[in-house]
Amino acid sequence: MDTHEHIVRSYEEELSALNNKIAKMGGLAEQVLGQSIDALEGRDPDLAAATIQQDEAIDELEKEIEEQAIVMIARRQPLAYDLRQIMAALRISTDLERIGDLGKNIAKRALAVVGEQQPKQLMLGLKHMGELALGQLKEVLDAYIERDADRALKVWYRDEDIDAMYNSLFRELLTYMMEDPRNIGLCTHLLFGAKNIERIGDHATNIAETVYFLVHGNTITDQRPKSDTTSSTPVPLRSAG
Amino acid sequence: MSLAIQTELKDKAATPAEGLVDKVTVRHLNFYYGQYRALADINVNLYLNKVTAFIGPSGCGKSTLLRIINRIYDLYPNQRADGEVLLDGANVLSPKQDLNLLRAKVGMVFQKPTPFPMTIYDNIAFGVRLYEQLSKADLDARVEDSLRRGAIWDEVKDKLDVSGLSLSGGQQQRLCIARTIAIRPEVILLDEPCSALDPISTAKIEELIDVLKRDYTIAIVTHNMQQAARTSDYTAFMYLGELVEFDNTTQIFTNPRMERTQDYITGRFG
Repeated sequence: MDTHEHIVRSYEEELSALNNKIAKMGGLAEQVLGQSIDALEGRDPDLAAATIQQDEAIDELEKEIEEQAIVMIARRQPLAYDLRQIMAALRISTDLERIGDLGKNIAKRALAVVGEQQPKQLMLGLKHMGELALGQLKEVLDAYIERDADRALKVWYRDEDIDAMYNSLFRELLTYMMEDPRNIGLCTHLLFGAKNIERIGDHATNIAETVYFLVHGNTITDQRPKSDTTSSTPVPLRSAG
Repeated sequence: MSLAIQTELKDKAATPAEGLVDKVTVRHLNFYYGQYRALADINVNLYLNKVTAFIGPSGCGKSTLLRIINRIYDLYPNQRADGEVLLDGANVLSPKQDLNLLRAKVGMVFQKPTPFPMTIYDNIAFGVRLYEQLSKADLDARVEDSLRRGAIWDEVKDKLDVSGLSLSGGQQQRLCIARTIAIRPEVILLDEPCSALDPISTAKIEELIDVLKRDYTIAIVTHNMQQAARTSDYTAFMYLGELVEFDNTTQIFTNPRMERTQDYITGRFG
């Protein structure tokens, strides 16, 4: 987008540093998400514990980015594209920090269900959903680095897929719980885990909206694809048969 | 500038949005210093009771444009303009235009404060006496009103018989603005009015501009991007004698359409 560099080089360097911090934060968020899914699937408490620790680094970066953004606004009085870059960094760092927290939460769930028998079908569903979310995150972060609004728009539309997966996982988990109350403990953790992944998908979509705004200077005018119906899914009082 | 965007900008200038009234309309204006063309095919509007800022690198023609609106350039040989500059529909470039009347309607304040070497009272009264026959009481009232509108009355009310040159830079500039207002202009042209002033004086004048625009149409040339963003409703970006972009100020400073505009306002000009 910007073909020329700032005349004052330090301004250019500061913007670069901000960009790099987001990239680093994004990389860490991807790691936390990927590892937490692995920990849940592999019932790996050590991996889960390590993942929980990593979230601290993400929180630290968010603080740094916020401080730098504030100082830049005060000193540089940024306009137009520069202003959008700084606002985008602030907004994306907030979304990445939430993704880190949600990933950490999934890892905690992994620790909670370590001893339990895990139904293969459910775990596959969860893993697939996690991979979808991770793919969205990677894609949208690439879109940010490349300043590619079209790529971001594709991520924005694809959030529907994660929502659809979540809907079906929700139903499956309900069925499991209704079939055997001994499953309720495990399934509740998995349900929260699935919800966290769905929220991570939403945050990736937020980042996509921010990237679009960064590039074009205005917001996406389409209706945000939203097909998570679980909040209005009725729970049958009796299981079938 | 591409033909498509040129046409769009011209159309935009030709048909003001709802609620906007053309006070000054510049059409196909070209200006020459001798053989050198300093302004090329300028089309821009000053809307009634709005502040229009002109920004651009040194030598882009913004001060030149200002000086055409009240034909100050007429004072110098070898300078000529062709095209139209309509003030309420009448072309001020016409040889039939009464220049004194024009300059009563269109006042100007310069970068360097230029108080007359007279008392503060006479600084204000001098111009009024040229155009109007007022009784002493009426003249006193006009002087006070102008100094109040110029946001300087409280500082000088007890020393109206003191020389205008004894004031500080910021006060002198406000005196010059008061002097301009005294003859009841309709348009006020400000050519980098705060460049020589400290931040507090600058803030006082920016506040003054905010108040004055309720009654006057204002054009301001400034090198200070943030000042243009703060004080104006519309902004025109000029470069090498051409008008590159003209739009409402919010748009220009948050999401300009032309890359050159963005380069300039963000300090990327190579």
